[in-house]
Amino acid sequence: MTFFKADGLAINFGGIKAVDGVTFEVKKGEIFTIIGPNGAGKTTIFNLVSRIYEASEGKLVFEDRDITRTPPHQIAKLGIARTFQNIELFEHATLLQNLLLARHAHKKSGFFGELLFTPGVRKMELEHREAVEKVIDFLDIQQYRDTYIVNLPYGVRKVTELARALCTDPKLLLLDEPSSGLNVEETADMAFWIQDIKNLLGVTVLMVEHDMSLVSAVSDRVLALNYGRMLAQGTAQEVQTHPEVVRAYLGG
Amino acid sequence: MRFFFKTDYVQDIRLFRDKVDTFWYALLGLAVIALPLVLIALEEDYFIGEITWVFIYGICGLSLMVLVGFTGLVSLGHAAFLGIGAYAHAYFIQHGVPFSGAIVLAIIITTLAGILVGLPALRMTGIYLAIATLAFAIIIQEVFSRWESVTHGFAGMPVEKATVLGFSFEDDTAFYYLCLFFLVLALWLTKNLLRSPTGRAWIAIRDSEIAAQSMGVNLALYKTMAFAYSAGLMGMAGALFAHKIAYLAPDIFTVILSIQLLLLVIVGGLGSLHGAIFGAIFVALLPPTIAILRDYLPEAISRQPGLEAGIFGLILVLVILFEPLGIYGRWMKIKLYFSMFPMYKRATFKRQKSYMKSERLR
Repeated sequence: MTFFKADGLAINFGGIKAVDGVTFEVKKGEIFTIIGPNGAGKTTIFNLVSRIYEASEGKLVFEDRDITRTPPHQIAKLGIARTFQNIELFEHATLLQNLLLARHAHKKSGFFGELLFTPGVRKMELEHREAVEKVIDFLDIQQYRDTYIVNLPYGVRKVTELARALCTDPKLLLLDEPSSGLNVEETADMAFWIQDIKNLLGVTVLMVEHDMSLVSAVSDRVLALNYGRMLAQGTAQEVQTHPEVVRAYLGG
Repeated sequence: MRFFFKTDYVQDIRLFRDKVDTFWYALLGLAVIALPLVLIALEEDYFIGEITWVFIYGICGLSLMVLVGFTGLVSLGHAAFLGIGAYAHAYFIQHGVPFSGAIVLAIIITTLAGILVGLPALRMTGIYLAIATLAFAIIIQEVFSRWESVTHGFAGMPVEKATVLGFSFEDDTAFYYLCLFFLVLALWLTKNLLRSPTGRAWIAIRDSEIAAQSMGVNLALYKTMAFAYSAGLMGMAGALFAHKIAYLAPDIFTVILSIQLLLLVIVGGLGSLHGAIFGAIFVALLPPTIAILRDYLPEAISRQPGLEAGIFGLILVLVILFEPLGIYGRWMKIKLYFSMFPMYKRATFKRQKSYMKSERLR
């Protein structure tokens, strides 16, 4: 069974090929990292997977299902969640509301039931709340539950985004630069959490990251991109020492 | 300073936060119920009619609050929905449909109109959506004046007083309670939606469409729902409006009224149900207040034409400059001041100078 596969993925913006024939496969239960210089097409790949962009060519497969043309709002229901490079939280809502929104894909109530707030809706709300509280405990953000996002410091927002993605009960988690803007200590915490997500929750992680220490600490496999093309693929060690990658990205 | 100890998840989905809040809202309810009796005793019956306007505008405010304050879609055409509701209700009443049937039909018709406007509006946000709804309002106003077999055009359409299940609401005090009932109903329904997934999806669309979509929110569906629900509430308000004003003419439902309704939610405070009510109090009671003040002002000022519009505009500018969260924002600060007394610090709200975002990443 194919867990996740991108096959010959390509997208053009006008004349620019942002992603050009990228093929990779993510196995269930691993942490797969995409690295590359700015503008290499890493986030574009994420936007293609979460179906915000329409692929010009190629195919996306998730759990043996072709998701190349699936509407974007159904991606979460299939079990793919993501975070954003520039935090996209719902700023004028509390942290709790942000996490509860992530349960949207699991909602079963209809409009009229909610209009009258029937006992069924109430029961379902409490179930969602329990699921959310598990994630809150997992990431240790209990104290911020009722705080509005605008009043939270950057580091906590970053964790909140991770929490929101986890609240959708994902099978595949897309993390777009989880450590950007975090200090050394927070980055170390993030590394632990990513490993816990894989080991304790059994969630597969696809990650874009610049911090090479974090990449080599957690990744099972790494893919290096430049100008939308694949440079190298393999373990963190192999990719880091690959001459093309060193020349284009890492320097040395 | 009160602390809220939470021991149960149910506490976060209750209508009222705790016993203290329930007590104050119950007290407010009693006061509003007793108010007409007090006014009659004081022989100030005139104000019963004015406060009835607060209730009707309150429903209008809730309608726009859902759309503008919670979903982040700006509409400059809501007077059209109010008009559709009013004319539909009046038309059915005229053709012998009883009140309860007529108001339900009026709500259904405005809801359908809301869906129709909502569909093309899916691809637009911000200023473009505002212009599209403005165009809709102008077209509808034209329809009101031309479709004479239904609306009687500029000849106008008289609306008899409301009679529900054989009981006449001819009396101002009786009609006051009827409008109060519908306002409370509208508040309850809206609050229910806001504490369930639909309301959260609306807030999510307002703050970040891209994230909402990635969390499984069908943008087209929920934006249309926001439009439909908002229009439906306007239809409800329109039915009451028709009885209150007693005589419908196309020039009531102008763009000016749409703008006034939008100002209502901005002055009241975007993003809160309280704001809709505060805004309604402001919009409904400002004209009578100015009328009273006129007697005390020097003649050179009080006889100026457009005094009311001028004061309205001035207050709006001041609100946007100094209190982006409107009257509700000020209310929160006053409440905090007293609950923290004497420890209140001005700086508490210093950092929060952020405006409601309606036009973020799409």
